[in-house]
Amino acid sequence: MTGAVQSVLGKIKGIMNTGNKPTGKFSLSVFLVVLVFLYLPLAILILNSFNASKSMSWEGFSLRWYNELFFSPSWVSLWKTFGNSAVAALTSATAATVVGTLGAIGLYWYRFRAKKAIQIAAFMPMLIPEIIIGVSLAMLFASTKLPMSLFTVILAHTTFNIPFVLLVVMARLESFDFMIIEAAYDLGATEYQALSKVILPAVFPGIIAAFLIAVTLSLDDFVVAFFVAGPGGSTLPVYLESRLKLGIPPVINALSVVIIAGTVVLAFLSRNIVKYMFHSNK
Amino acid sequence: MKGSQVAIQNVEKRFGDFQALKNVSLDIKKGEFYSLLGPSGCGKTTLLRIIAGFEDPTAGAVLLDGRDVVPIAANKRPVNTVFQTYALFPHLTVFENVAFPLRLRKLPGAEVSAKVEQFLELVKLPKEGKKLPAQLSGGQKQRVAIARALINEPSVLLLDEPLSALDAKLRQHMLIELDLIHDHIGITFIYVTHDQQEALSVSDRVAVMNEGEVVQVGTPFEIYESPAHPFVAHFIGETNYLSGTVTEVFRDKHVRVDFPDIGTLIVYEDKPLKAGDKVKVTVRPEKIRISLDKPASLAENMNLLQGRVDELIYSGFQSKFFVRVNEKAQFRVFRQHVKFYMDEKAISWKDEVYIWWNDNDGYVVEVGE
Repeated sequence: MTGAVQSVLGKIKGIMNTGNKPTGKFSLSVFLVVLVFLYLPLAILILNSFNASKSMSWEGFSLRWYNELFFSPSWVSLWKTFGNSAVAALTSATAATVVGTLGAIGLYWYRFRAKKAIQIAAFMPMLIPEIIIGVSLAMLFASTKLPMSLFTVILAHTTFNIPFVLLVVMARLESFDFMIIEAAYDLGATEYQALSKVILPAVFPGIIAAFLIAVTLSLDDFVVAFFVAGPGGSTLPVYLESRLKLGIPPVINALSVVIIAGTVVLAFLSRNIVKYMFHSNK
Repeated sequence: MKGSQVAIQNVEKRFGDFQALKNVSLDIKKGEFYSLLGPSGCGKTTLLRIIAGFEDPTAGAVLLDGRDVVPIAANKRPVNTVFQTYALFPHLTVFENVAFPLRLRKLPGAEVSAKVEQFLELVKLPKEGKKLPAQLSGGQKQRVAIARALINEPSVLLLDEPLSALDAKLRQHMLIELDLIHDHIGITFIYVTHDQQEALSVSDRVAVMNEGEVVQVGTPFEIYESPAHPFVAHFIGETNYLSGTVTEVFRDKHVRVDFPDIGTLIVYEDKPLKAGDKVKVTVRPEKIRISLDKPASLAENMNLLQGRVDELIYSGFQSKFFVRVNEKAQFRVFRQHVKFYMDEKAISWKDEVYIWWNDNDGYVVEVGE
């Protein structure tokens, strides 16, 4: 047992060895405390999703809640809202990534009047409380007679995702050598070729990161969707909120584990996709 | 001779209130290795960017083989640039970086490969094609940048301080290679630098710039030996700089000049001068001889002074002496260590010394009031 602990500690030390060596036991203990603090709740949740009992007391391993989640008719509408969430996340993230990336390049590359003001205005929605964004968007949609639906959710999510994409892509542009754009022109590229063959590939890792953040923010959002989702357009968080008014059924544990697993797979895949695109862009 | 003749005609450039270039005119011959030399902010990079097409001149024309290229966009001009930061595309391999201009022209793959191989060979990087720029050293990145700029076979290659990011040894080495590449392909090179050593060692001609103006154009020899302007004398190499009044014109092209703090010295001059003219004179430190003993016999065309060593800097191949002639006048003197240092009669701090130089080596750079 102590041997196993030692080897785990060794591995953690190995990970931490990328920079300066942590000299004392203090930094290692803080690191472990933080790890426990972050992951213990998740561990309990994962464990409980396999608990045969409805309560927190352990009554043996079971896939009962997974079975209920996937096959019980009482949870069918959950999968519909999950689908809504996925559609909203992918569409709004894509739209926000396109607009935000072009915006970031424009804000960075061109000199024009009121650039600072536009920049501040673009980042503002990040600082405004979500509930205000939700209410204001709901009022806007109502006043334009746009019926609340999944479409309004997509519009709303695109709106609040744009500043995040802007921020992430602009951060990537900070470390970007703008001379390569002039180099592209110098070597004969047109404006479009410079964009498609040089600027976009060079900022691509930043664009992917921005897209993933946008997907996550959209999936995560409850407040804004709560205000703008119409009939049949409920996202998963909105649906869950309505279901959880009467306590937390153990099925939710199983659903959480499925989402966590999905996130891990996505993170892993995106890492490899970026690697692949970066090395084989011919 | 390949390449293009480049003519800069009365080019001005203003950025708001700042005048970066003031009525600059230059004629660059076909196949020349031409340097624009000057301190930072003198306008040399702006001029290069105007030739490349990244900036438009506020006034004036840029002619390539007699054709004004100002209306032509950067991506259509037959010139290519080697950038100071190399500007390699980080997402492309060395091979694809060099192939980039050919891919834009949609040349067939086999032709691209053959050509890229040829140019990687030229810059001595035949085996690094598969690497990404991040995996290369500074010198290697520089070579890739040169190959990429040359592969389109431009008629003029523009180099914007290409060696400034390299360390001193490597810079020397790359400079020689650049010169070899220039000899090999024979196109016109326009080379921007603030390093006079670089400019002198490789250029056919140098244009010295200061505050948006061209102060002198000449061969490295002319620039160094007969500076046309006090700025040139100061900026190129180290020098001793004296102000005095002409007392007598005598012999062929020689004048006696009275320097208030030093006395009367004989100075060479190729401009018409008369007694009473105020002049500024430079004497290069390496042309002055130094010794502890008074030279036994001295030709009459030598200027001889006595002084005391204020400061001495030993730097291996030579020593620099700062010799105080009197309270107001100090001379720099360089002495090459041609013998083993210990065998030379060592001159040290506070020694009383004699310094002397040939009267041809004092040169009048400015005649003023």
